[in-house]
Amino acid sequence: MVADTQAGRQHDAAAPVQAALAIELRGISKAFGSVQANKDISIQVAKGTIHGIIGENGAGKSTLMSILYGFYKADSGQIFINGQPTLIADSQAAIRAGIGMVFQHFKLVQNFSVLENVILGAEDGALLRPSLAKARKVLGDLAREYELDVDPDALIEELSVGHQQRVEILKALYRHADILILDEPTGVLTPDEADHLFRILKGLKEQGKTIILITHKLREIMEITDTVSVMRRGEMTATVKTAGTSPEELAELMVGRKVLLDVAKTPAKPGRTVLEVENLRVRDADGVERLKGISLSIRAGEILGIAGVSGNGQSELLEVLGGIEHGTGTIKINGEVIDLTGKSSDAQSRRARGIAHVPEDRQHLGMIMDFTAWENMCFGYHNDPAYQKNALLMDNDAIRADAEGKIERFDVRPPDCWLPAKSFSGGNQQKIILAREIERNPDLLLVGQPTRGVDIGAIEFIHKRIVELRDAGKAILLVSVELDEIMSLSDRIVVMFDGRIMGERLPEETDERQLGLMMAGVGEGEGA
Amino acid sequence: MDYSTFLQILDSTFRLATPLLLACLAGLFSERSGIFDIGLEGKMLMAAMCTGAVAAISGSVWIGVLAGIGGAMIFALIHGLASITFRGNQLISGVALNFVASGITVLVAQALFRQGGRTPPLSGDARFNPIELPFAEALSSVPIIGPLYAEVISGHTALVYIAILAVPVSWWVLYRSRFGLRLRAVGENPASVDTAGISVVRLRYSAVIITGLLCGLAGAYMSAGLQAGFGREMTAGRGYIALAALIFAKWRPWGALYATFLFGFLQALALRPDVIERVLHFSIPTPALDALPYILTVIVLAGFVGRAIPPRAGGEPYVKER
Repeated sequence: MVADTQAGRQHDAAAPVQAALAIELRGISKAFGSVQANKDISIQVAKGTIHGIIGENGAGKSTLMSILYGFYKADSGQIFINGQPTLIADSQAAIRAGIGMVFQHFKLVQNFSVLENVILGAEDGALLRPSLAKARKVLGDLAREYELDVDPDALIEELSVGHQQRVEILKALYRHADILILDEPTGVLTPDEADHLFRILKGLKEQGKTIILITHKLREIMEITDTVSVMRRGEMTATVKTAGTSPEELAELMVGRKVLLDVAKTPAKPGRTVLEVENLRVRDADGVERLKGISLSIRAGEILGIAGVSGNGQSELLEVLGGIEHGTGTIKINGEVIDLTGKSSDAQSRRARGIAHVPEDRQHLGMIMDFTAWENMCFGYHNDPAYQKNALLMDNDAIRADAEGKIERFDVRPPDCWLPAKSFSGGNQQKIILAREIERNPDLLLVGQPTRGVDIGAIEFIHKRIVELRDAGKAILLVSVELDEIMSLSDRIVVMFDGRIMGERLPEETDERQLGLMMAGVGEGEGA
Repeated sequence: MDYSTFLQILDSTFRLATPLLLACLAGLFSERSGIFDIGLEGKMLMAAMCTGAVAAISGSVWIGVLAGIGGAMIFALIHGLASITFRGNQLISGVALNFVASGITVLVAQALFRQGGRTPPLSGDARFNPIELPFAEALSSVPIIGPLYAEVISGHTALVYIAILAVPVSWWVLYRSRFGLRLRAVGENPASVDTAGISVVRLRYSAVIITGLLCGLAGAYMSAGLQAGFGREMTAGRGYIALAALIFAKWRPWGALYATFLFGFLQALALRPDVIERVLHFSIPTPALDALPYILTVIVLAGFVGRAIPPRAGGEPYVKER
């Protein structure tokens, strides 16, 4: 029996077998059409522990948890909650069984107050007033007990992401959840907020709550979990005690081969200045100033990393440099001033100046999801004479031949240039865009969130390509919310907060703590 | 303009605003749940025909009203089926239903009565009759307030008072009841409702049914209150004006009251070009006055008078994400 081998594999890991189990899944399978998202998954989660589940994107983690939360129905398999076989037909049943879930994308009503969000679906009667009064009291108690302070009357849209997440946790606790599932909870948090979240989780664990933490960040797994299960391609490949494993081992289990976690790179050999930005300001459609006087420069053969919590002006910086937004100030590329407001300030003219742009939101700005890979690989450069057959027609054969070469060199999988962009995984979509931009041999590469939603295997490849481009003497502006990525790729790091530069650091002379404080607006700089 | 003319215009404001108000509240419930409904016009027309026909046959206006509600409800449920169950495009479904209503009402009326697509004129109990509020007679001699009460407030048909009462009731349901909380939530972020273990589909159908009910009343008022019998295209774009009023009202019940009474007042003025000419000393073409509600709505949409933010999930079918 499969369940037996599974149990055997888990035996040495979950050592005290007699420990009470909060959750046990046996032989869970789920297919979406022809895609087998979960294959015969069995897992045991001991009561009062923090259990991590890691795996690449598409490994089936979220599907598994959605089944546990009653969002999807498993094709086969059994769920035991506290030792009792439990049928979870819908989310209401999961809530009754004491399961709470904090989704990666919060399920909050933006223009409702915290209280209204908390009682939604858990009202005590047909009238709201008594429910609201009760919730106000309960939230007060929870806040004291678990460091979960949130103003109960604040509207969600006024809250920071960290506070919104607390509301999600409060929602679960208000419904008496004993088992809390968190899906990629730190993706949107500053390091400080993440620390706070971990303190909350530890507090919950001390109160006997069971926590399942889904993440792809190995550091978090090592820091906070007791046990960790690894998923790969819909299967549970291992469950181990966190104390008895290492990030390297987990990465290997996730990907199925050895992975280089650190980026191998030699010290930079910066040359002439490629990009000079002075006093750059950008206002958004509402008239709010998003960039409040940015000055920076990048030299050839150097990677400048911009760290910051998303929404602090990094996107606007990329967009104004890439010619998508207008701004004021001066931008010089190779010593020449470029037009920031006039008719010639667009992405096309930036490309002509040797600026290539890998946008943050690749699915909206980087490609057209319904178009094929080969079409996507010529966008932005479609006026290239090499792609034209004559004055009227494009030479599609040439574009396809070109795309096939790029697909091979960038290891895009599956290597089929006729597939629509939406059929590729996040990592391969990113490779398609990178291939398009890097192979144009730009002087300056703007790259935003290069590895967001990208598998760990592809991350390695993308990082290698970016470093290679640097070594070829190009200037690179890297924007990322992943501090690890900023730390390991950058030659210099600039931290942005509230549209300003908080300060500059060398990666070897700083640490995540210090950068995290700067990202939160604490520390040196005009903004402090 | 003398006081009695002013009162006459106010009086007709009440009558003209009533169908707008009922339709506007109907749209409010639907749109607050995330279902855009451009088909208010068609539902009103359908209800007007059903009411006119059944009231004429049965001789009872209230049986007619029930038929009107039934007619509007069928259309509301078709819209629900298309946009909730089959996740179709809500605008297309609404427009299609408007076209169907425009044709089918005349067809049925002609088949039943052979009077050129009209229903027979209603009279007596087959029509809504004015209700004299208490003390109207006694107070009418009191200066200023007396005539206002007797002429403007008193003496309307039952549906006028029902429509006005529907405003505080709607407000209370939306903001003070569990159903209202969930309804508003499903129009803003259906996933929040779904993950809380509440059925998005059931909530949205409830909203659409309320829309059918209110549109039924609006249509019934058209053929058995404002007029006496159904006539081809008798709603004359009121469903669209109600939609405009809904935007003007920023999707709020009290706002709906103010917006529809403003638009009703404009319609009442348009009926009295003589008054306008006397007051302003030049004449404004009636079409210009008819267009005013739409012009005002465009001004609101352009953001000159605060911001009108529609329900965030409006118009989009809810699909569980993978």
